[in-house]
Amino acid sequence: MTEVTSSASPQGASTVTEGLPARLLRATELDVRMLGMVGALAVIWIGFHIVSGGLFLTPRNLWNLSVQSASVAIMSTGMVLVIVTRNIDLSVGSLLGFVGMIMGVTQTEVLPQWLGFGHPAIWIIALAVGILLGAAIGALQGYIIAYMSVPSFIVTLGGLLVWRGAAWWVTSGRTVAPLDPTFRLMGGGPDGAIGSFWSWMVGVAACLAVLLMLAYSRKQRRKFDFPLRPLWAEGFLAVLGCAVILGAVAVANSYPWPSAIVRRYAEANNITIPEGGLFIAHGIAIPVLIAVGAGVIMTFLANRTRFGRYVFAIGGNPEAAVLAGINTRWVLLKIFMLMGGLAAVAGAISAARLNAATNAMGTLDELLVIAAAVIGGTSLGGGVGTIAGAMIGAVLMQSLASGMILLGVDTPLQNIVVGIVLVIAVWLDTLYRKRVK
Amino acid sequence: MRNTVTAVLAGISLSLSLSTAALAEGKTIGVSWSNFQEERWKTDEAAMKAQIEADGNTYISADAQSSPAKQLTDVESLIAQGADALIILAQDASAIGPAVEKAVAEGIPVVGYDRLIENPNAFYLTFDNKEVGRMQARAVFEVAPEGNYVFIKGSSADPNADFLFEGQMEVLKEAIDSGKIKNVGEAYTDGWLPANAQRNMEQFLTANNNEVDAVVASNDGTAGGAIAALEAQGLAGSVPVSGQDGDHAALNRIALGTQTVSVWKDARELGKAAAQIANELADGTAMDAIEGATKWAEGPNKVEMNAVLLKPVPITKENLNVVIDAGWVSKEVVCQGVQPGTVDVCG
Repeated sequence: MTEVTSSASPQGASTVTEGLPARLLRATELDVRMLGMVGALAVIWIGFHIVSGGLFLTPRNLWNLSVQSASVAIMSTGMVLVIVTRNIDLSVGSLLGFVGMIMGVTQTEVLPQWLGFGHPAIWIIALAVGILLGAAIGALQGYIIAYMSVPSFIVTLGGLLVWRGAAWWVTSGRTVAPLDPTFRLMGGGPDGAIGSFWSWMVGVAACLAVLLMLAYSRKQRRKFDFPLRPLWAEGFLAVLGCAVILGAVAVANSYPWPSAIVRRYAEANNITIPEGGLFIAHGIAIPVLIAVGAGVIMTFLANRTRFGRYVFAIGGNPEAAVLAGINTRWVLLKIFMLMGGLAAVAGAISAARLNAATNAMGTLDELLVIAAAVIGGTSLGGGVGTIAGAMIGAVLMQSLASGMILLGVDTPLQNIVVGIVLVIAVWLDTLYRKRVK
Repeated sequence: MRNTVTAVLAGISLSLSLSTAALAEGKTIGVSWSNFQEERWKTDEAAMKAQIEADGNTYISADAQSSPAKQLTDVESLIAQGADALIILAQDASAIGPAVEKAVAEGIPVVGYDRLIENPNAFYLTFDNKEVGRMQARAVFEVAPEGNYVFIKGSSADPNADFLFEGQMEVLKEAIDSGKIKNVGEAYTDGWLPANAQRNMEQFLTANNNEVDAVVASNDGTAGGAIAALEAQGLAGSVPVSGQDGDHAALNRIALGTQTVSVWKDARELGKAAAQIANELADGTAMDAIEGATKWAEGPNKVEMNAVLLKPVPITKENLNVVIDAGWVSKEVVCQGVQPGTVDVCG
């Protein structure tokens, strides 16, 4: 119920005097902060596009960008909940490295002994082992934080050292490669994308889901006598949502397979390549699908479940939450367990993408993840944050990094720019919050 | 009171060192390691220890655990334990200075192991890093004598990354100047992380519309990242890629044909050479009389030192048997997934 705090107030008189943008915002109830972020992202994208001479806003670069952001985006969804409850998790990068290493060893050295190389079940067993391990480690850290009252900063700082060391320990620092072919699909690449037909199917399904959600929410509002959005605003939201989804699918579908891979594919399937080449689209990459899926599930958890309401209640005022009868310790433990599981999924994607598990994998990722969550509007003071914002934050940071490589800016300078952007983003956010108050 | 304690302690350490000296027939070689967290130093240690014991000497050691401060006390304690020669893998090339001077003052010869200790009284033993760069460039240049080159450099915080790049450029300069080779992208790899190398490579491929003919990567980890990026564009195997370290995964890639070369620095050779040099120096041999010693002055301060620079070995598809015969890696690991008949050693 709390989510329908409509801003459409009964003071209808003032609406008349408002300009069109303000009326649009009021009627559609879009989050101004989020729009600001999308605007910033657009400015960065267009800026890079112009400076790089038209290289940035190409299907290929956007597709790469989406895959490059996936791992950090997935972890940032969990980090939002951690930060909202006034905690921090510094161990995710090391955890990613350790779990990635375990998954690598499981699929290349342990399972083949029992199942033989290339067994179709290897990838799923390795992934399950990884996620269970990640969740177990997260639960352990959560237990120490929640039940033994050690500050999360300390516990996860310890975790950062412990799991990085453990990642080294598994194989004494040796790189594990190559990985199972099916497992590698999680990392993207021409095989690790779902092709144009299924991409359109996913797009249409997502579009229908948006329509259903809008209809359902309108019905609920009417049922409880909440103020309704005007019909034109509902229509506007529906069109906007579908346009964004289908637009993204269209971009993914206009990035063709590279010619060398088309040739190999054609030879393998006895297809003659027509004049001018054969166009086979990548479609949406599997890691991106996983990331979007994680985002949707986490948003649902945060906004629509009792667990999610508890998380924000604890973040808003921990003492009040305890007095209200919330088992805050159990909720905290679950948050860290979730974070561990998400780090494991991110680890699977990173390892699959690199086609190798290395002991340095995920180094400094914890900082990228925290930065993504913070740029995305999660307040370190607790109680405030959105999953979608954090994911956009992850894309924004990756855009800066990828764009600068495209321009040939060297890494030390890249880090300087990203650091400055982080501080400016949070400063702007603080200004905005003050004005709203 | 304090004086008494010091005196007693000194007495104990003296008697200890006397007793070890009395027990061992030969000399005592003290080794100060920087950190054992890295896998490779264990390999070095085993080889060094074996050689020291084969010479009839005694091996004593200390691990500084990445702390320059601890390494100072380590060296002092090795001297107190009666070391006749010191082998030092410096954690910090400048901070180790006082310890080296102390050893030199006591007449104990010092071998700077793998990392430069810029002090004319120390002996420098390492692999020739510029030569590694030259070998990488040479092997790639052989496959792709012209076209667009991408350089995946090492970490900007590591001076070796620049040595490597200098070596690579030495070989390719002529071809670049004549316009046969075009440098279409070069980037440092933060922290030597493969994932960063992969991202850089992806962006270079995008910026050049896949028109990349060769990749000079500075080590096997970054080569792995670059190859993963090439694979996504179906280019792995057709574009030559260099590396170094003889990583097991990289040797497998060489057998599979996706990587061209991995310059291999046999850590055991280095360990063995250090033990032999320390032994000779402890016998009183002059530094410039060591076999293979040359004058070397290419450090940051251009101090002239006596040095032995070991030659690394470029491992390609043709000489994979070298690493297998040396016992560095097993044949199964190298040949995993290799089609029969494509590589000689795999059959």
